Order: sequence, then C-alpha cells, then structure tokens
Amino acid sequence: MADKSHGPDLILRHEPRDRVLHWLIVIAFVGAAASGMALFHPALYWLSNLLGGGRWSVILHPFVGIAMMLFWVPFARMAWSENRLQPYDRRWLSQIGDVVANRDDRLPDIGKYNAGQKLLYYVMVACMIVLLLSGIVIWRRYFAASFPIGVVRLAGVAHAVAAFVLVLGIVVHVSAAVWVKGSISSMMGGKVTPGWAWKHHRLWFRERIRSQGTR
Amino acid sequence: MALQSLDIRRRSATTTPAPMVRDGATPDVAKLIDTTKCIGCKACQAACMEWNDLRDDIGKNTGVYDNPLDLSGQSWTVMRFAEYENEKGDLEWLIRKDGCMHCEDPGCLKACPAPGAIVQYANGIVDFHEENCIGCGYCIAGCPFNVPRISKKDQKAYKCTLCSDRVAVGLEPACVKTCPTGAITFGTKERMQSDAAERVEQLKTRGFANAGLYDPAGVGGTHVMYVLHHADRPGLYSGLPADPKVSPLVRVWKGATKPLALGALVLAAVFGFVNYVRTGPKEVEPEDELAAQREKEQIHG
Repeated sequence: MADKSHGPDLILRHEPRDRVLHWLIVIAFVGAAASGMALFHPALYWLSNLLGGGRWSVILHPFVGIAMMLFWVPFARMAWSENRLQPYDRRWLSQIGDVVANRDDRLPDIGKYNAGQKLLYYVMVACMIVLLLSGIVIWRRYFAASFPIGVVRLAGVAHAVAAFVLVLGIVVHVSAAVWVKGSISSMMGGKVTPGWAWKHHRLWFRERIRSQGTR
Repeated sequence: MALQSLDIRRRSATTTPAPMVRDGATPDVAKLIDTTKCIGCKACQAACMEWNDLRDDIGKNTGVYDNPLDLSGQSWTVMRFAEYENEKGDLEWLIRKDGCMHCEDPGCLKACPAPGAIVQYANGIVDFHEENCIGCGYCIAGCPFNVPRISKKDQKAYKCTLCSDRVAVGLEPACVKTCPTGAITFGTKERMQSDAAERVEQLKTRGFANAGLYDPAGVGGTHVMYVLHHADRPGLYSGLPADPKVSPLVRVWKGATKPLALGALVLAAVFGFVNYVRTGPKEVEPEDELAAQREKEQIHG
C-alpha cells in the first residue's frame, strides 16, 4: 500500500527472505504457544482446540516447536550483528519512561534496533535454547523415558518458565508493533518511510542514506 | 467412564468444585497388603489381568522371579521379589505387590493438564479416565512411586484402579478376592489401620521388632498400605521410598507458577492496551518526513 504512494523514497528495512521467515515463525509460534499454554493452566485449556483438541495438541506441539526453531535459527543469525548492545542503548533504556509516554524527541539516536528489541532478541535466544533442550527431555512419545525422572521434572519446570518468559516477550513485541505505526507494514512489505527511519532509528537512517549516496 | 454412584473429591485440571453432594456419606477405603503373609504366588496379578481384561506381551526370562519385569499399560500390578540377608545371615525373601498406592494427595492428579483425566473419588480411590487422557505423561513426573505407564498401544496412561468399578457396587478388588493367604484385605481405611496395628503387634512378639504399617504421611497417607517386617527400612522392598513426596519441582510447576504466570501475561497485555489508548499510537508526523528530507540533503550535499 505505502509502497506505491511513496515510490523510490522508501527505505528497505526487512529483506523478503527475512519477512517470510518472520511470518513462518509467527504461525509456528501461535500453534506452539496455544497448545502449550492449554496444558499449562486449565483456564487456557480451550486453546487446545486450535490444533484439534488435547490429544492432537500433545502430538503436534513438539513438531510445531521444532518447525519454529528451524525458521528461527536463520532469522536469529541474520539479526545477530545488528543486535549487539551499544553505549547509547543503555541511555535509551534509562529513558524508558519517555519511550512509554511517546516523548521520542528526548531519546538518543539509535541503530537498526532499539534496546528493547535487542533485549527481546537475547531473551528469545535464551528461551529458544531452553525450550528446545527441555522440550526434548519431556517429549513423552520418543525421549522422556530415556531420562532420569529428576531430569524430566526439572525440564518440565524449565520448559514452562522459558515459555512464560517468551510469551511475555511476545506480548510486549506485539503491543509495540501495534503501537509504533509503520512497523507491521514494514514487516509485510519490507519498507519504511524516511521519516519513520529518522524518527525511530536515526543512526540506521543515516547509514542507509550514506550507502544510497555511494551507489 | 465415570461411575456416577461414586462422588468425586478431586478432578484434574479443574478449577471449579467437583460433583460432591454426597460428601461425607462415603468412608475412605483402603487395601492392606501384608508383605509378611505374601507367598509370591502372583494370583493377584492373574486376577488383575482377568478382571480388567489385560494381556501383556509375552516377555523374556531375565533370571529373576519378577514377571513381568515391570509395570506397563497392560500390567497394573507386579510382584517384586527382593533377596535380603538379615543380621543373622539368614535369607529373607521380601515380596512386595507393586502398583498404584492411591495417595490421599495424588501427585499424578496435581500434574495432569487434561480436565477429568484423573479423578479421586470420595472414597479416596485415584482413577484414570483414559477417554480424557491426552498422553502427555505429566502424571509420570507427578508420581512419587513411579507407577503410571503410557501404553504403547494407544499412548494413554494406565495404572491400578483399585477396581473402582467393583468397589462401586460393593465388591472387593479382584486381587483381594483371589489372594489365597489373606495377605491382601480391603475395607474402610480405619478398619485396615486397626487390623494392621494388631498384625504389627503380633509380628513384634515374633521377633520383627521394626514391623510396622506403611502409610506415608508425605503424600497425606495412602489408600493402599503395606504391613512390613522392616518398616524402618522400606527401601529393602525393591526400593519402596522411605518418605515419598510429590517433588517440589512438580509443586512449583503445577502450584504457584500457574496463577502467577497467567496473571503476569494478562497484566502485560492489559498494560500494553491501556498505554496505547492513553498515549495514542507512535505516528510519524509530516515534520519527521521533512526533517528526514533535510538530513538526507545534508548528507548528500
């Protein structure tokens, strides 16, 4: 939509490959989170209907989780270098009150991702590793019987805690995406306006403009 | 297969009260297994197979009397034979009929995420309702006695039902009915405790100074109890745990974590929504586009 009205001015933020990976991760996440949360709290058991009931949730959940992992690994590798913490990230975080209150003009200039996005990135890395390892241990059909019961119990708790942290992170991620206008369309069509880049990620904006100039 | 003649005291993954209008009318029941009278004939295993229509796969002889070697989806009780050399250097053959202990505070039920897959009847019997079982195996993690088994046939969890179907119509469990030495008895828990006390006194006069009743308090007591010659060392009986408890990890996982985590997720979502409505969206204004344009021109000279 925005692509056509603005034309050549727009800045590419997400490569096609990354957009595809992102939305594949989203689909797998919804399936894994719904079936997993259904087993976590009885108040959420109705979520098991998404994958076709309790039994189907138990059968499919590990495979959906592994699919999510397969899409996520190349995505995370792509985003690795842009997510290294920089000195200005600390300042950005200390001004989180200004972020929440929409006083963006007071925030320091930052790179392609803000400190919140970077923290979410590392939280996701940690959670995905814990989820994969603990998930294998509690995969009753194929693996759980090969582990001592103490390890299975520990893995059950670790899986629940990591999943909770991940889902909490995704709640923040989705809230922020809805809140910061232009984010969702950038993940759909790949592009942002120069004003969007200038306002939210000024150092990245400058970098992109400079690289355009050398072309 | 809920037995409507039996009220339900607890129901897995259920946050509202279980049907219990007749609560108080049903006494707690218990099975008492007197290991000192057991001759290891396995009639109880055969009776269990027969009543419950179970036929396990033919196994392999592993050189011990235990047959089958372990509990399974098809074998809900097995006799475990332990050879113990006592202080006098004599051999004692300690035989224990293993199976579900029907805990008053059942770890399996606590861990189970499927509504109504595990219930505890008003009489204390803990029963699996396989039609609601989703095969996740959490009951295995919850059990302090290593009892539930997932069947390879249908991926559902099975264990001793304490013949809840027989008990519901006033019959004793099949293993009790068949035991030729009277080592297994069944009745109200109170009656079984007093019978056990009598038997323990007898055993003490016959040289078993540490004889006692196994009714572990860590799980709130059990509805299957043992009379042991060596109640001070239950581990002698093929690893019967001395102080079984639902693992603290399972308590954390299926206890406080659940409401706290759910609450935190709801709070985060509500905060995100409220803040959005309060501060409005983060929009890019025309002046941002102008500023970007100016900076772009500067950079490119």
